[in-house]
Amino acid sequence: MAADVVMPQMGESIFEGTITKWLKKPGDKVERDEPLFEISTDKVDAEIPSPSAGVLKEIKVKEGQTVPINTVVATIDGASGVAATPAPAATPAPAAKPEPPKQAALTPTPSPAARPGPVAVPTPQAAPAVAVAPAREGARIHSSPLVRRMAKEHGIDLTSLAGTGAGGRISKQDIEAVIAGGGAAPSTGGQRGDLAAPPTGTAATYSEPASVPTPPSRPATVAPPPVAPAPLAGGGGPAAHGTQYVPALQLAVPRERLYFGNYEVQPLSVMRTKIAEHMVASVHVSPHVYSVDEIDMTKVAALRAKSKAEFEERYETKLTFMPFFVKAAVNGLRAFPTLNASLDGTNVVLHKEINVGIAVALDWGLIVPVVKNADEKNILGIQRTLNDLAERARSKKLRPEEVQEGTFSITNPGVFGGLFGLPVISQPNVGIIGLGAIEKRPVVINDSIAIRSMCYVTLSYDHRVVDGAIAHQFLHKVKDTLENWSEPLV
Amino acid sequence: MPMKTNGAAKANGSQAVAQVTFLEAIRQAMYEEMERDPAVVLIGEDIGVYGGAFKTSEGLLERFGWERVIDTPISESAIVGAACGMSYLGLRPIAEMQFIDFIVCAFNQITNFVAKGHYLWNAPAPIVIRGPSGGGVHGGPFHSANPEMYFVHTPGLKVIYPSTPYDAKGLLKAAVRDNNPVLFFEHKFLYRRVKEELPVDDYTVPIGKAVVRREGKHLTIISYAAMMHTSLEAAAELEKEGIDAEVIDLRTLLPLDEETILASLRKTNKCLVVHEDTKTGGIAGEIAAILCERAFGDLDGPLMRVTALDTPVPYAPSLEEYFLPNKEKVLHAARTLAKY
Repeated sequence: MAADVVMPQMGESIFEGTITKWLKKPGDKVERDEPLFEISTDKVDAEIPSPSAGVLKEIKVKEGQTVPINTVVATIDGASGVAATPAPAATPAPAAKPEPPKQAALTPTPSPAARPGPVAVPTPQAAPAVAVAPAREGARIHSSPLVRRMAKEHGIDLTSLAGTGAGGRISKQDIEAVIAGGGAAPSTGGQRGDLAAPPTGTAATYSEPASVPTPPSRPATVAPPPVAPAPLAGGGGPAAHGTQYVPALQLAVPRERLYFGNYEVQPLSVMRTKIAEHMVASVHVSPHVYSVDEIDMTKVAALRAKSKAEFEERYETKLTFMPFFVKAAVNGLRAFPTLNASLDGTNVVLHKEINVGIAVALDWGLIVPVVKNADEKNILGIQRTLNDLAERARSKKLRPEEVQEGTFSITNPGVFGGLFGLPVISQPNVGIIGLGAIEKRPVVINDSIAIRSMCYVTLSYDHRVVDGAIAHQFLHKVKDTLENWSEPLV
Repeated sequence: MPMKTNGAAKANGSQAVAQVTFLEAIRQAMYEEMERDPAVVLIGEDIGVYGGAFKTSEGLLERFGWERVIDTPISESAIVGAACGMSYLGLRPIAEMQFIDFIVCAFNQITNFVAKGHYLWNAPAPIVIRGPSGGGVHGGPFHSANPEMYFVHTPGLKVIYPSTPYDAKGLLKAAVRDNNPVLFFEHKFLYRRVKEELPVDDYTVPIGKAVVRREGKHLTIISYAAMMHTSLEAAAELEKEGIDAEVIDLRTLLPLDEETILASLRKTNKCLVVHEDTKTGGIAGEIAAILCERAFGDLDGPLMRVTALDTPVPYAPSLEEYFLPNKEKVLHAARTLAKY
């Protein structure tokens, strides 16, 4: 019997999702709970496991397409175990909070049994590479610098290859066989923007992009190039719920002025598109004002230095400065609740929870997981939560609700060496703190010059809700908490 | 162990003569250079009347006299210091370390004076310091050293470690004629074990040039000195298994012939370094760094090393055998790398 695979609902307020990548091809065998495809919603990116075992019969929704939840995206033939998995497959239970798919998606299931195993180990000559795609996002692709370079030069998607080297590694022979057998055949196509560079050049040196939209020829016949294949083709409109529609991707100048000299065109990832929309909307909606204060972190730094080893040994989690800032922000928000709010028309929504979103930089973008009820946690609790969220953000294992319901945010440009930063508010918050680098500076204390660990802290706030007086008092509270730190750590 | 080498004897079209040992090749080089240039002198322990501990200078005292074949007290520091001073006055001394282990007694002279003189006070020291090195002959911890890397780390020196009689002779002659201080290591295991025909005519082998001893396409084995022969034997064995190994003989360690190494790696994409020197700080680590810096995108596997263990050379024959690299160890690494 065949079973339907549906677009899961990845959170309460989410009504659609974009398929970013199929991890299986029609005809491939899939195990139950084996990763089947990847989706991107306006909250998170996630890997969706197969609801049942069988053979993938048909893919109905292509990569890049956005469809409403519970849309059938594929069918699996000879499905066994469907009954055992009442979860997302057969029952397109509309809207009513079907948690199961999410559960299935996120329970870490990389049981060794699910590994592609010794099934397909073709002999090098016979059936090189091409075959099966055991590609599991998160699972590393084992190749080599040479193989990665050759893949890039020939526009080959390594995730679609199964290697014949030690431990399934993709070897030089494997990729040579693919190249000999017709170029980028098994690649997932240009969708992801793999550039087919000429075999010898590197991205930095070649002059003509081989694929991707053809820009106007030099003396400009003003035939604007076809619009880059927007990954969220879902209609071009308000893709993200909760974000008011703002034409985020509009051009400020005629398009032909973008293309000159040598260049390379890469489609924006779904995540980047969402970030772009969110940032434009935030700046558009909220009049941003910025305040800066300078905080003497010497005491906290000393305390952290003294307790770090014991803390990390006892609790087995690393100790950073971030929980101190979260705690200080909590103190500030308690004292000035208008910063822990959202604006709905002419109503200010004052949140009773203090949920602090922390910006986590990813190699492929940025995400803001939330430390819920931060006011109820001590340093250890905050630190544990932070480390857990950050780690799962990097491994794409965040649950949608973990990036929702933030009431205030903190971002840390200082970690990259920034003196200070002026962040854009993460909506629907009304404030965000930006942390500068902590560094030793000479400061005047009682008319003498001392060396102290100093840190610039900025607050971006929505002037519709918050005025400078409150903002500065809030910052002062944060400063006061940190400079007169009294809570022990261990 | 029968060893035959096939140096580039025919390369220069010279007429070839009888089989010559590695030891004899060294002796010939010194003899011919002393004949050619009266500035060339020998200095060392027991090199005159006794003819050298390994008889490398046998007959030279008789031919060139005590002023050019100088026996010294047992002080390597004095030998190198004297050679350095003589070179400042226009001579081109060849200083012998009776066993290369004791070159470290002259470490200060070599690294602080000989190597730096040209840079610091425009006083190049055209001297050659040579001596028997290496293990595999049950010499124990004081007579088996491979100290090349102390000196490869010293700018201002050249370091040579040949593997064949042809190269030994040609490189030693090139060393004598070079205006830089050259350290010349002679693997004593090879002294009487390798033989080849040498050209009658005068010839030199260029310093700083590696040579491809065997062409291959699946992986590159880089080696030098005694281990070069071990590597070639392993390559012959690998061929039977369908693994086609390229073997490079470095010959000169400083300056290192990066281009030959890189050209080979770009062909085979995998690299195994075999040396008798201990592992940590050996030339294999340096080669790994060069490959990462200059050919990262050509690597299809990790650089692998087969080296001696990180201990002094043991006395007990069974332990020495365990300590040294051998054909089996090379084969194991090469098979692993080929499969990688």
